[in-house]
Amino acid sequence: MNSETSVLRVSARTATVLLLFTVVFTGLMTFAYSVTRDTIAASVAQAKLMLVAEVLPAAAYDNDLLQDYVDAVAPQLGNEPTSRIYRARKGGEPAALVVEAAAPDGYSGRIALLVAVAADGTVTGVRVTEHKETPGLGDYIDIRKDRNKVRPWITQFNGIGFAQLAPTAWKVKKDGGSFDYMSGATVSARAVTNATAHTLRFVAQHRDGLFALPTGSRFAPKEVGS
Amino acid sequence: MNLQDLRDIARNGVWKQNSALAQLLGLCPTLAVSTNLVNGASLGFATIFVMAMASFTVAMLRNFIPYEIRIPVFILIIAALVTVVDLVMNAYFHSLYLVLGIFIPLIVVNCIVLARVEAFAAKNAPLASAFDGVMMGAGLVWVLAVLGGLRELLGTGTLFTGIDMVIPGTAPITVLPEGYPGFLVAVLPPGAFILLGCMIAARNWLDARATARAHPQRHAAPHPAAG
Repeated sequence: MNSETSVLRVSARTATVLLLFTVVFTGLMTFAYSVTRDTIAASVAQAKLMLVAEVLPAAAYDNDLLQDYVDAVAPQLGNEPTSRIYRARKGGEPAALVVEAAAPDGYSGRIALLVAVAADGTVTGVRVTEHKETPGLGDYIDIRKDRNKVRPWITQFNGIGFAQLAPTAWKVKKDGGSFDYMSGATVSARAVTNATAHTLRFVAQHRDGLFALPTGSRFAPKEVGS
Repeated sequence: MNLQDLRDIARNGVWKQNSALAQLLGLCPTLAVSTNLVNGASLGFATIFVMAMASFTVAMLRNFIPYEIRIPVFILIIAALVTVVDLVMNAYFHSLYLVLGIFIPLIVVNCIVLARVEAFAAKNAPLASAFDGVMMGAGLVWVLAVLGGLRELLGTGTLFTGIDMVIPGTAPITVLPEGYPGFLVAVLPPGAFILLGCMIAARNWLDARATARAHPQRHAAPHPAAG
């Protein structure tokens, strides 16, 4: 056997072994994926409901919330191309809208929010679901990082709407509004406050339209002013 | 495999060849994640799990892996195992996954896993390799816990932030008084480098002192290997 054929042989053998390993371990991953897929989907839904429960009490609605939604084409909600809005109903009547909004202008980029607005136009809760704000400085917008456990910053939106507080006052105090912020970390608070106000404005304008559509549809409002 | 071997493996992992302090491997996840004690220790524990599994599997298959393609095969094995761990945790331990989930994919790129598989598991029996993986991970756990704890304590004056997400019903403790202004740089990336540097220096100093005591006639202690 000359050296050239032996090189070819060794190459072919190692290639086959590598291929075998790839097939076996890809198979292992495929198997794990197919076994866990349904359980993962269930736990993701469960986790989402627990998150929703933080902004809207589970007793406030009786429909299958995660299966009752519209996707709104609304840049003011901070998401491209669409923002998902879940519709909470009780006894078939509109109870609240749970909006996946975002503030594009955090100190370190996008801040993802979950905002629940009851049918009477008041905010029942706001939570930051994702952010990259500075640890120990701007991250008090996240209730888990807020050191004020008695009255966390994010809870000051609870229970009020445009009827209780004029739309022009939905700003941080530094901008002439009525919401607190922590000095040295105004940007994070301003971003969340403004995004909450945008969401509230959007919901106030389009509540009926949002509730009327069949689930899973797209909601593209006509521009109303700016 | 006797008790002395096991003891050597343990000492190597936890101190002599500590992945973060002596080998300086896998610093990317180490520095990024050690912003507080709970995060640091959590990444450490996830690493223990992955390293034990990866080392065990590679040691089992070591006689079937051609030398020339061992690295791609190792990477394949590690990546596949991490994916499986990721999926299984997501499915059956979802609350834990929400805390550790972001760290699991980081472990794939932690070169300490590949390094131990190549340096140890490829030449040793499966159980010894798994034990080596656990001990290397344990070395990472304590370094990450201390580094994370230091950063958290200096940065915000608290300890165990986020412990309630790992063990429900517990609460973080505030160590320094409420008025502590915080020392932001400790939590930011530079703080990680500075404090890790201090820990490496402390370890080298302790080693040098131990060597000097063992050999009083020699004044200069050999510098511990780092790399």
